[in-house]
Amino acid sequence: MSVIENLPRVRALRSPRADGLIPWIVPLAIVVVWQISCASGFVSDRVLPAPSEVIRAGWKLAVSGELERNIWVSFWRAGVGFLIGGGIGFAFGLANGLSELSGKLTDTTLQMVRNVPHLALIPLVILWFGIDEAAKLFLVALGVFFPIYLNTLHGIRTIDPQLIEMGRIYGMGDRELFRRVIFPGALPSIFVGLRFALGIMWLTLIVAETIAASSGLGYMAMQAREFMQTDVVVLSILIYALLGKLADSASRALERLTLAWHPAFRKAES
Amino acid sequence: MMQEALRFDPRAAGPVTRADFPEQARVARHQPKGARRGLPLTIRGLRKSFGDNAVLRAIDLHIPAGQFVAIVGRSGCGKSTLLRLIAGLEKPDAGTISFGEGTRREDIRVMFQEPRLLPWSRVLGNVEVGLGAGRGSPDAKARAAQALVEVGLDSKRDQWPAALSGGQKQRVALARALVSHPRVLAFDEPLGSLDALTRISMQRLLERVWHDQGFTAILVTHDVAEAVALADRVLIIEEGRIAHDLDVHIGRPRERGSSDLAALEGTILRELLRSGEDV
Repeated sequence: MSVIENLPRVRALRSPRADGLIPWIVPLAIVVVWQISCASGFVSDRVLPAPSEVIRAGWKLAVSGELERNIWVSFWRAGVGFLIGGGIGFAFGLANGLSELSGKLTDTTLQMVRNVPHLALIPLVILWFGIDEAAKLFLVALGVFFPIYLNTLHGIRTIDPQLIEMGRIYGMGDRELFRRVIFPGALPSIFVGLRFALGIMWLTLIVAETIAASSGLGYMAMQAREFMQTDVVVLSILIYALLGKLADSASRALERLTLAWHPAFRKAES
Repeated sequence: MMQEALRFDPRAAGPVTRADFPEQARVARHQPKGARRGLPLTIRGLRKSFGDNAVLRAIDLHIPAGQFVAIVGRSGCGKSTLLRLIAGLEKPDAGTISFGEGTRREDIRVMFQEPRLLPWSRVLGNVEVGLGAGRGSPDAKARAAQALVEVGLDSKRDQWPAALSGGQKQRVALARALVSHPRVLAFDEPLGSLDALTRISMQRLLERVWHDQGFTAILVTHDVAEAVALADRVLIIEEGRIAHDLDVHIGRPRERGSSDLAALEGTILRELLRSGEDV
């Protein structure tokens, strides 16, 4: 135990509640400085409205129901697009990881497609789908597909062959081998893909909604820009930040739950 | 004939002390008490090559039920390949390996140098894997727990493998191999990566479970001291053939460091070194 651990003031900060608050000190400080700068007139309202203004704008939109509707629309697009793209990516990852034939057949093609930035397809997607829901879902799904595919494949290919041999010796059939050895072994890598995919999911959706949409958070921000409502624009950006953080926290929680065996996630157990 | 027999009779060397061994084991015996459980093993004309490299050339061997056989040899002599063939992990190019009638898959188990535990299963779950087809049965947990008691790791049943020491992991691997009550247990350098003290306590444990359960034990090792301390019989493999087949006439329990063991160990080491110089 180090000397610092024994200092009473530092130890007080080490309580679990205080530990949970530490990450929020910096965002809070930024908001305070921001509010002071705006209130003192140092920063013009046109450039950056005060936090209080942003909150007021948020409240107005919330009361009118517009905010909830737009968040819901964006959330739905993100979720459905993620499920479609992630599901297909996971399926291809499994197939190519488990079957040599499938890998030979499709991996090269997928690697070629991967090198096209999916956002470069926006003009084509608009031509195909218009500014319909399908356009957004297609882009999100395409963006999410690759991180999930690549990491699932990598996870399966890097499983210790000695463990697979062990499973075979102890009489595991294909299904049991998958359930007991291959899937749990690939899971840490799949989670890496999941978190990458969540980031790409929001990015894709925001870009797609900003360019071509008639509802959703991105649309709300673009609409506000037309009417010089800087407060609403800032509000949209903050909501993106919050939703991104929420998705990341959810995947972390899931990780902690399912990877309790991993030394990196073992904390509470002694 | 390649199988010239080296004779070694330590009975002239005086009595063996039996201080730390259970009472029932004091009766000198050649066959352990559960000998009926072990399976005999007969190998005829076994050959195996990897590419142009003939690893095993014509192995003929009979191992009676319940015997503890150690296989020693230089690196690359084919001893691990022989073990993998016996365990059914490789297919022979020619020859047969036969056990008794009605042998099931669960009757033959292997233990490797690496514990090969599933890191995402707790200790008890890892032992349950060893039940083979019996994994889903309602008494699976109880049987796994019993196997953990046998290797003295009952207190660790709910731990993750990552929390165990190297010796403890090998004991879990041993429990996993024992849980199905195998009749042949093949060990491929099981103690190779353990420190000296852990090795000795693991050797005692292996000897005890072999004595209690009476399976046929086949131990591949490069540690000659380990081979003579544990085995009834030591096979020396040179260039893919059984060059020597020695019976170890030393009563159990065997005391490590005794002159009998040292003399036999010396004989075998000299033989291994001599064969090395021929090459």
